[in-house]
Amino acid sequence: MTPDLMQAGAARRAAYEAKAVGGKPRFVSEEPYFGQGVALYVEDITVSFDGFKALNKLSLTIDVGELRCIIGPNGAGKTTMMDCITGKTRPDAGKVFFGSNIDLLRLKEQQVAQIGVGRKFQKPTVYEQLSVFHNLELALKADRRVRASLFFKLTGAQQDRIDEVLVLIHLRDQAQRTAGLLSHGQKQWLEIGMLLMQDPRLLLLDEPVAGMTDEETERTAELFLGLEGKHSLVVVEHDMKFVDALTQGCKKVTVLHEGSVLAEGLLSEVQANQKVVEVYLGR
Amino acid sequence: MSGAPSLAMADAAALAPRGALLGARGWAAVAAATLTITVLVPLLNLMVPEDNALHLGDFYVSLLGKILCYAICALAMDLIWGYTGILSLGHGVFFALGGYAMGMYLMRQIGTDGQYKSAMPDFMVFLDWKEYPWHWALSDSFVAQMLLVVLAPGLLAFVFGYFAFRSRIKGVYFSIITQALTFAAMLLFFRNETGFGGNNGFTDFKRLLGQPLNSPATRVLLCVITGLVLIGFFLMARAIVHSKYGRVLQAIRDAETRVMFTGYDPVIYKLSIWTLSAMMCGVAGALYVPQVGIINPGEMSPAASIEIAIWAAVGGRATLIGPIIGAFFVNGAKSWFTVAFPEYWLFFLGALFIAVTLFLPNGLVGLFRRKSEGVRTGHDA
Amino acid sequence: MLLRLLLFLTSFLGFSAAFALTPDQAFRISQGESDERIAALNEAVVAADPALAAFVQALLADEVKLAGGKALIVRDGKALDAATGAAVALPDGAEDVINPNRVRRELEAALAGLRLFSSDRSERAKAIAELKDQIDDSRLAVIEKAEAAETDPALKDQLGLLRAAALVTSADKGKRLAAAKLLADSKQPATRSLLIERLAQEGDAEVKASLRASLGTVESRLAWGERLGVLFTGISLGSILVLVALGLAITYGLMGVINMAHGELMMIGAYATYMVQNLFRQYLPGAFDAYILAAIPASFLAAALVGALMERSVIRWLYGRPLETLLATWGISLILMQAVRSIFGAQNVGVENPSWLSGGVQVLPNLTLPFNRLAILAFAALVLLGVALLISKTRLGLFVRGVTQNRRMASCVGVNTARVDTYAFALGAGIAGLAGCALSQVGNVGPDLGQSYIVDAFMVVVLGGVGQLAGTVYAGLGLGVLNKLLEGWQGAVLAKIMVLVFIVIFIQKRPQGIFALKGRSAEA
Repeated sequence: MTPDLMQAGAARRAAYEAKAVGGKPRFVSEEPYFGQGVALYVEDITVSFDGFKALNKLSLTIDVGELRCIIGPNGAGKTTMMDCITGKTRPDAGKVFFGSNIDLLRLKEQQVAQIGVGRKFQKPTVYEQLSVFHNLELALKADRRVRASLFFKLTGAQQDRIDEVLVLIHLRDQAQRTAGLLSHGQKQWLEIGMLLMQDPRLLLLDEPVAGMTDEETERTAELFLGLEGKHSLVVVEHDMKFVDALTQGCKKVTVLHEGSVLAEGLLSEVQANQKVVEVYLGR
Repeated sequence: MSGAPSLAMADAAALAPRGALLGARGWAAVAAATLTITVLVPLLNLMVPEDNALHLGDFYVSLLGKILCYAICALAMDLIWGYTGILSLGHGVFFALGGYAMGMYLMRQIGTDGQYKSAMPDFMVFLDWKEYPWHWALSDSFVAQMLLVVLAPGLLAFVFGYFAFRSRIKGVYFSIITQALTFAAMLLFFRNETGFGGNNGFTDFKRLLGQPLNSPATRVLLCVITGLVLIGFFLMARAIVHSKYGRVLQAIRDAETRVMFTGYDPVIYKLSIWTLSAMMCGVAGALYVPQVGIINPGEMSPAASIEIAIWAAVGGRATLIGPIIGAFFVNGAKSWFTVAFPEYWLFFLGALFIAVTLFLPNGLVGLFRRKSEGVRTGHDA
Repeated sequence: MLLRLLLFLTSFLGFSAAFALTPDQAFRISQGESDERIAALNEAVVAADPALAAFVQALLADEVKLAGGKALIVRDGKALDAATGAAVALPDGAEDVINPNRVRRELEAALAGLRLFSSDRSERAKAIAELKDQIDDSRLAVIEKAEAAETDPALKDQLGLLRAAALVTSADKGKRLAAAKLLADSKQPATRSLLIERLAQEGDAEVKASLRASLGTVESRLAWGERLGVLFTGISLGSILVLVALGLAITYGLMGVINMAHGELMMIGAYATYMVQNLFRQYLPGAFDAYILAAIPASFLAAALVGALMERSVIRWLYGRPLETLLATWGISLILMQAVRSIFGAQNVGVENPSWLSGGVQVLPNLTLPFNRLAILAFAALVLLGVALLISKTRLGLFVRGVTQNRRMASCVGVNTARVDTYAFALGAGIAGLAGCALSQVGNVGPDLGQSYIVDAFMVVVLGGVGQLAGTVYAGLGLGVLNKLLEGWQGAVLAKIMVLVFIVIFIQKRPQGIFALKGRSAEA
């Protein structure tokens, strides 16, 4: 994802916003409705940058509590897709719905985050100068406004929640450590922990185990499997072993290629698919 | 990320007891500072006879007061640059606006003691104006002008910041634009028609709230007030950076995208600290003018604003105490140089800019901490 | 002036042997009521006697005295009869002639009127120019006579207009009407004021209408001159801004370095020009006019050297840290300014235009394009072309583009990135030096030269966007013209402020400027 593409996306988004209801998107006060079992509904989104089609009528449905892995070669549009979902880029066409009722295309990044969609970036972006504890504290699900932040005091329950997550991400003994001093893998976990603090219904994870050791990768798989069910997860990855560990032979895998879905099915099916092998997996 | 202190320094900061505003040592230091400024300084100036070695001359009292005002500006700069990563090269305009607001009141207080013996300020008589311009309407009221001291810079900062932050202007572009802002303001104030004394500004003040400005007692009092304001602002700043709000600011400095994706709106946070910082500078300007006795558009020059940044950098960004030390160090040096070797002052200042950016990314405070803790710091990003 | 007049007179003396001015006339001109004196003067002028010139000259020089009903010219204690030229004894009790201002003016105009008949064309042209300011009915006779005698067509036209200007004050309505119509053809700015004046004094409606029509024509013709004038000044300023901002666009756009010392590099170029000028003055005074040709490479090299030094010692350690670079280069700018002050003094130094750059070409009566500004326009265009070619066609340009787009890759393929950085920065600095050289020709040169242009330069870069030179060109020219247009409307300071506000608002809508770099740019 290069800065100029991001910028073009942001520009398109601004244009969309201007055309939206009353010129400004409404503040989201509705709650997402998951009664129909759909967590994320993406229909025919198309994004082109200067003639280059980054996404080409991409359609995808994630069920509530599902753990979906998305694989595909570089440039397939995985990150652009996430940008569209989280409000960073506006697609030229198509629909994106969170739950059955929230149109994500109308929301700003903060609002998408507030409504329950969490995103983890490829490069671990944590607050390097703050301690692990403070990193998590900032991500706590709480009032995000200025006055609230100024007079914020940690309640016991919130303290417990942070501890909980610290345990989950194996950083309990590092709580006071400055985040910048953590190892690469630990930073990835911290970021995941921050996502969890927001208590999102949907987690978008962009290459979460990139740069991790085998042991760390295993632990991460355990972590995700633990989250499945309570949260819906979309994991973009290149590490096939990790994907295998996650899908355990019974979960769907989606293959993206050139901006649209090439194949979808169990990992074994997908690995047998000739087109997928040609395009991505290799012989 | 430029502007961020080194990691080991932040580590040390993280070790401070959570929840407490200052450690025991910190409170002791604050108490000592308060005592010094409220008791020691007046004593050494007013009580101790002039021929005594311990006597603090009037010149030094004024100088101290002046540097304390600068220290407030440096503190304000630390809040936006050290903690939020916004480098402003135009903060001088807020300082000057506060100064002008106070200046207007002082000009009215001259009464008929001016050169032209008229109720109107000298420069208006000189320009042959018969009435006060609209913006002088409240200049006779101390309370109104004091309100303007914070409102004028605050409003300007708010409007400017609103447009700038909303359009996500960042980094060097923002810095350059702040420089353009102060430059434009300076040009505006140089014009006689703007009604602020043109390139001569305001000067020749006589009294403040009935007290003559020349008397030693007033001078010391102003110095003491400035010192107390500085200490007060310091404690306020400390409270701010230790709160969650302060941590959001630092998060914005380090990873703004992540902050957005965590659900915070960076614009409102930046805007609030920016406006606060501007108002602090306005107050500093208002305290500066009666002590120095003059205000003119030169205070708005880009050069003056850039110096504020260097005080913060020399002292140590994101430490709060660092910029205060930096302000004292640089202005102390300036005072000494302009008396001893005036030709060399700018060489020294220029070299200081270079040395601090190349060799002292964490300023003097960072140097001190490095030496005292023996922790190996890496070059920051 | 006196000398020329005397020479002219002596040439005239060669023509005519005798003085034809009558003593009576001479006397009446020298004393009495102003109106009568002027009437007498005009009478004599109509005759266009050559002797009159000498007499009038003497009157103006206060060398005329009156005695015994005669006017005498008195010089060095010797008296001559004003009319006959014969020497007479200077009687006691001779009165001095006093010339009130009005009479004095008429005398001067009369002199000019007489010069209308000079054999020297430039004399005549000058006389016409002088008379333009003092037109009225009484001159008519002289002008008509001169017009009839005039052989040069251009001067004949001018005399025709002069005649019309004189006629328009005539008592005869028909003549005034005809004159009003004639004046519509005038291209002189002075005619406008004349018409406005006459319009205020005119009583007759028909003539008034005609005057108004003529005024309209003349004004629209002049308006063009004014508009073009503003446009030219705007483009001239724009070309200077482009030159100033070009170096900055290279160092920031290509390298991500914010160079606050850019203005000082310009100052160094200007001072280099000053030094070259002095060298030429001292050692090659004959070739002084060519000093600028030596100054151009000198200023480039001086600034480039300083730039290379800056890069090697300070800036290379700060790549990727734009805010730090900003502060460090500000420090360098302080040092450079103080160094120049210590060496050359704090006040401005004088840099003269070589003679072939002084003056200008008059395109319209109210529009003169100065040569130095035209030269800078051409110079800026050449520099732009040179830089564009350098960047796109040479090896160095290729390396610079490669290094700035992907430093690691470039060094992997063997490019000496450190050296390329130095060259690129030195190039930007050198161009700043050239800008300084250009500025020395149109403005003051002092240690503060850079400070007055730095904000403008940054605005051009911010507005134009980084990465493409086209952006700098459009932004520079655009801002120059905009600035001058607003200046004419609201004055220099408010114009500058409005331009700054405009830029801030523009950046709102389009933060990347007019032309944005596609791809990676070194942003904080």
